[in-house]
Amino acid sequence: MEQLQFEYPAGAPASQRVLVGVVGSGDLEVMVEPGTSGTTTIHVTTSVDGYGKVWDAQLSRVFGAGPRAAMRIRIHDFGATPGVVGMRLAEAFEALGTDGGEQS
Amino acid sequence: MNHASLLTRESFIELGARARAHALLDPGSFRELAGPFDRLVSPWLERQGVVPQADDGVVVAKGRIGGQPTVVLAIEGAFQGGSLGEVGGAKIAGALELAAQDNRRGVPTRAVILFETGGVRLQEANLGLAAIADIHAAIVDLRRYQPVVGVIAGTVGCFGGMSIAAGLCSYLVVTREARLGLNGPQVIEQEAGVAEYDSRDRPFIWSFTGGEQRIATGLADRYVEDDSDAIRAAVQALLAGGVPAAHRSERYAHYLQCLAEYDPARQPEPETVRAIYAPGAKS
Repeated sequence: MEQLQFEYPAGAPASQRVLVGVVGSGDLEVMVEPGTSGTTTIHVTTSVDGYGKVWDAQLSRVFGAGPRAAMRIRIHDFGATPGVVGMRLAEAFEALGTDGGEQS
Repeated sequence: MNHASLLTRESFIELGARARAHALLDPGSFRELAGPFDRLVSPWLERQGVVPQADDGVVVAKGRIGGQPTVVLAIEGAFQGGSLGEVGGAKIAGALELAAQDNRRGVPTRAVILFETGGVRLQEANLGLAAIADIHAAIVDLRRYQPVVGVIAGTVGCFGGMSIAAGLCSYLVVTREARLGLNGPQVIEQEAGVAEYDSRDRPFIWSFTGGEQRIATGLADRYVEDDSDAIRAAVQALLAGGVPAAHRSERYAHYLQCLAEYDPARQPEPETVRAIYAPGAKS
């Protein structure tokens, strides 16, 4: 098991909190709560050790692509592939709202 | 099930714990208590290198079924095999105790427990066992006032200490995929030997512990398709039926007598078990 921390620039706080996924085999749980304005923080707990660079690459691509709402994200991962991680994040963003849940 | 009904039904088995609770409660009445954002995670799993889940694998949902106050306790089978530790166990026990307290104050709250569990979480050992004992006591307390309905949909099934909890329920709903047994198949194989009990022989396992067999032996009350509407209708009808005249667990003398007639020198067949329990099978 390994703990990882990431931080990305963001817009205004997300408008609500969202939970998607399950800590089941090959899956993960993504908890999103409104963050402090301007910053998204991500705390990952993963069952698979040594994949920090893969998490960094994937999360940087997702959160570096454009402005998103500021979120406090907690990920509990149980061996999900990057493809599954991407789908769960997309599911969370969809639940937050099309703009990533930024408060207008 | 024909093609048309297969396409239109919503599989209950494929739903996660939270979605199952949503499916059973009256639309718009779902309210989660002690939820994932309340930070009630297991304090023991991370220390042992196991990734926790924010709700510890248990969803406590308060709402209404058929307009009556009901609490639904749904166990997430995909997280650690639905195992119950200190936090998840306390959530179930606490909710049942509050439901009993509601009844003593004149609010007729009923309970539905969605079993999808291998029993105690081994990483939390005695704390999980203590919580399961609390759940047993709370079911026996609450069922004096209002029915406690258990549902075993599958595919995990219900084993260990939680199979006793299922046995204490006022009514039990099962599907074809359900299994109910004190010990899981692999535990029995380990103790009795593969010649007696082959845990990989699925038809054999289901023939003894599957939903169909449990209905035929009177250890469950309703046999339903894997269909959310059918399961909701069965649960609602049983809740409306009120507290049974005698709970299954109160008829233990009858079951002991059934067992006394069994000759353990003979290897039992599923039909043997049906024959032994047939007189006790409730209509």
